[in-house]
Amino acid sequence: MALIATESLTKTYRGGVTALADLTVVVEPGVVGLVGANGAGKSTLIKILLGLLPPTNGQVRVLGLDPTTQPDQVRARVGYMPEHEALPPDLSAAELVTHLGRVSGLPRTVARERASEALRHVGLYEERYRPVGGYSTGMKQRVKLAQALVHDPDLLLLDEPTNGLDPAGRDAMLALIHRIGTEFGISVLVCSHLLGEVERICDTLVAIDGGRLLRADRIDAMTSATDVLAVEVSEGTEELAAHLAALRLPVRRDGRLLLVELADDDTYDQILGAVAELDLPLHRLDQRRHRVAELFATREPSHV
Amino acid sequence: MSESTGVIHDIGYQRYEGPRLGRGPVFAALYLHGLRTVFGFGRSAKAKIFPWLVVGIVIVVAAVVAAVRSQIGQVVITYAQFADTMSWLIIFFAAVAAPELVSRDLRSGVLPLYFSRPLARSDYPLAKLLALVTALWLLLGGPQLVMFLGAAFTTEEGPRGVWNELLDLLPGLLYAGLWAAVFGAIGLLIAALTGKRAFAAGGIVAVFLMTTPIVGILAILPAQTINELAFLASPMTMVNGVGTWALGDLLFEGGGGLPIGGFGPLYALAAVLLVAGCVVLLLARYRKVATR
Repeated sequence: MALIATESLTKTYRGGVTALADLTVVVEPGVVGLVGANGAGKSTLIKILLGLLPPTNGQVRVLGLDPTTQPDQVRARVGYMPEHEALPPDLSAAELVTHLGRVSGLPRTVARERASEALRHVGLYEERYRPVGGYSTGMKQRVKLAQALVHDPDLLLLDEPTNGLDPAGRDAMLALIHRIGTEFGISVLVCSHLLGEVERICDTLVAIDGGRLLRADRIDAMTSATDVLAVEVSEGTEELAAHLAALRLPVRRDGRLLLVELADDDTYDQILGAVAELDLPLHRLDQRRHRVAELFATREPSHV
Repeated sequence: MSESTGVIHDIGYQRYEGPRLGRGPVFAALYLHGLRTVFGFGRSAKAKIFPWLVVGIVIVVAAVVAAVRSQIGQVVITYAQFADTMSWLIIFFAAVAAPELVSRDLRSGVLPLYFSRPLARSDYPLAKLLALVTALWLLLGGPQLVMFLGAAFTTEEGPRGVWNELLDLLPGLLYAGLWAAVFGAIGLLIAALTGKRAFAAGGIVAVFLMTTPIVGILAILPAQTINELAFLASPMTMVNGVGTWALGDLLFEGGGGLPIGGFGPLYALAAVLLVAGCVVLLLARYRKVATR
């Protein structure tokens, strides 16, 4: 069963602003990245998936349910982490998450247990008894994630989960989301305007722009056969390029770097051999993926 | 040294297969959470000061009234009069409690967390309203119970005296319910319009404060019908009017009360419509807020 399926989904707000235009996409369970610039229609799509906004046109299914006619069934199985500040400052995280668990229909003791579990999974321990108002941005984001997890959903909708976080906080949040998607057995839809961020943790990428689908595909399909090795030497870049070309390796110059297409593991040895032979100071040698961004340049819609 | 037998296991993430409760228990959870919020439970010590100060005042007043009555046998205020006497205190209480219940949620942006759950859109405002009305009713009714207990234990007429007290108490509690419904509905509606608690509190007090002079002006116009209908202009005098009509002697001994002529039923109808109107507007407000 598809995780999310839309067909010709269109949303036009009063005043004629089109947020989604004829969006048809089917995604399978897993970690799904939804990328697009600000105003591309990501938040509108999430609200339609939650049954908070009715679509102007088209069909939508979430976990096989129709959010326009069965919003409560959908919301019972979905956890939502909004983009903006969403925590009352005077409540403790434990109190808030327990209360929201009860609103999701958990019995009282279960709500309390699952709230501490959810907070533990996102990395909040003793501080969960302190008022949220004194938390750092990173801790607040974790509380927002915990409240989306407390009722054990089958799908998490995360709207810009790394918003406002520093680089270390971003990495920790992305690692956490990846763990939820892989170890917890919960599918995740991550919205972001930063492609580089979501492509690290997603199985599937959906890119939209101006409410239209740019591309939807599994990430391995997008990046297969595109791995390259980046080689940097402090001096003698030209010599090395010539030497590698003589070994019939496809070499490109990219600034101070040499990019060599990775055929198999022998490529490593050949490069290292060449560097050693020329006695050059090797700066780095690492595997690099083509940025998925380059793939969106083709702009051909396809379906997963 | 004792042998260490405890081992901590990280049992990882647990799926939940147990029951999920329906609309009723969820509504009850929201309602109880609201009631706790009003009295500052589960919140900082600062949030408890004002509500418990008010609780203290009304209880002390009731205890003094009960004591005076048992000592010198004079009824200082009746059960029903208690609500009238305490009206301004209750307005201030509503002006603080209603913004705590709804303005805070509007401002902190927590509403999307509620409306993305299987919660009917109307249940959130209705549970909050019910919590506020209950709190106000407890504030007005609880002290009456203290007065009743005082009177019941010191009555010299035995069970018959207790029964008579009870017959006086019940209308007093109903009248307190009317006060609570009117103040709660108006207060919560105004608070739901803004996320700023200070604005909301000011707005609630202003509605009661500003409408009082209108009554004064209408009441001295040279037309008897207008004079008799004047008290509809302010929620406080409107409730007084309903009390005059429905309770009469219990509220104003010796045939006093507001000069509302024969318009009593109209006052009752107006009070019902006022509360109903506030609820309708409140629900409309949250229909709009929920989609944001």
